[in-house]
Amino acid sequence: MNLVTETAAWLTNPAQWAGQSGIPNRLLEHVLIASISLGIALLLALPAGLAIGHTGRGAAAAAGVANLGRSLPSLAVIAIAIPVTVLVDPVLGGTVLPTLVAMVVLAIPPILVNAYTGIAEVDRDLVEAGRGMGMRERQILARIELPVALPVVLGGVRSAAVQIVATATLGAIFGSGGLGRFLVDGIAQNDDGQVFGGVVLVAGLAIATEVAVGLLERLARSPGLRDRRKGPAAVIAPQPQLPV
Amino acid sequence: MIDWSWLAGHLDAIAYRTLQHVYLAVLGVAIGFAISFVLALAAARYRVLYPPISALSGILFTIPSLALFAALISLTGFSVVTAEVPLVLYTLVILVRNIVAGLDAVPVDVVEAADGMGHSRRQRLWRVELPLALPLIVAGLRLATVSTIGLVTITGTISDAYGGLGYFILDGYHRGNFLTEMYAGAVPSIVLALAADLLFVRLQRRITPWTRVRATEAAS
Repeated sequence: MNLVTETAAWLTNPAQWAGQSGIPNRLLEHVLIASISLGIALLLALPAGLAIGHTGRGAAAAAGVANLGRSLPSLAVIAIAIPVTVLVDPVLGGTVLPTLVAMVVLAIPPILVNAYTGIAEVDRDLVEAGRGMGMRERQILARIELPVALPVVLGGVRSAAVQIVATATLGAIFGSGGLGRFLVDGIAQNDDGQVFGGVVLVAGLAIATEVAVGLLERLARSPGLRDRRKGPAAVIAPQPQLPV
Repeated sequence: MIDWSWLAGHLDAIAYRTLQHVYLAVLGVAIGFAISFVLALAAARYRVLYPPISALSGILFTIPSLALFAALISLTGFSVVTAEVPLVLYTLVILVRNIVAGLDAVPVDVVEAADGMGHSRRQRLWRVELPLALPLIVAGLRLATVSTIGLVTITGTISDAYGGLGYFILDGYHRGNFLTEMYAGAVPSIVLALAADLLFVRLQRRITPWTRVRATEAAS
């Protein structure tokens, strides 16, 4: 059997579509752990990034934190987190929690950096106009800066989401479930059909995540700014995304 | 919590894995740079090539590395090729983008001045465009190196023969969360990544002395 038929056979086998180790359940695990960690990372990084972008204070420190976080090997972060998470919960601390910690840690840099560069790059004239109209700082942020910067901010969320989906795959090595299990088990059992089935599913989910957040990004672009896409506002270098 | 006698007894192994880590990473970045350089020059000269190159590499970039390593095992076996191909592929995305951006950032006036002085296309590239693109090229090398050092840890999933310091993380986990061994892999791999980052920051500063001059002028 060649790889294509073997993969197709594995993917279409009804046994793969039911039960705890079936594709639907693994997909659910993957999406669940990814959503939880993205949610936590957003809660931590987004308010900080918006505040830094608005006030201009702490940008150097945030860039330092972001650069540090980006340099960390994801597998190493999972390993480092284990003794801490085991103290929190003896069972989950050895499986799901360390991966969750790594996902949050690695998702913070792109969200933080894009949020503050996005806000900081908003035309100062717009901000001054808002101030002149008697808007409070909070209103300026919510009604002027955030809507204008939204595509850039979401660009950071997209990088983070893709990174999280990839890290969730790695988590399968440490027993956190998800689609990565098919890769880990397939390699261990020398089962090419399972490996390639897993590759198709994992790559599919990663690309779907990228496309979905990319669509949101496009929708978030204010109609008034749409045809100025190639203008200076759109060429802010987004945080480069790194593979996991 | 840390078993010091294990560490003392495995210094040789840690040194060996550290060297292997550096070797796998440097090999990946070096091959990746050679390929990217050719691709980027081609894309800078023939613009039509750039969108397909960048779209293809963008898709590749979103695919998790574990999937790429796993897919290659059945094609190229448990060999060093399986470890290096994904490492090289991931560097392409970063390096091609940065080299092209660097060449694009060369001011048109400078290019025209070079033409006016009678430079041939090749002379202009090597003497004018590439030196001016160097800061962005080095910035790309910095990102590529740091990310490759991280990815080398995952090559341990292919076979115990690879993985660099990642070997200890996986082996320690398989021994039932043997923390000393896991930390013996995790901590040096983080140090390695940060050291590489710092090294490139220094190099960036050294090759762009004018940024420092400008900063002091602005301060005075």
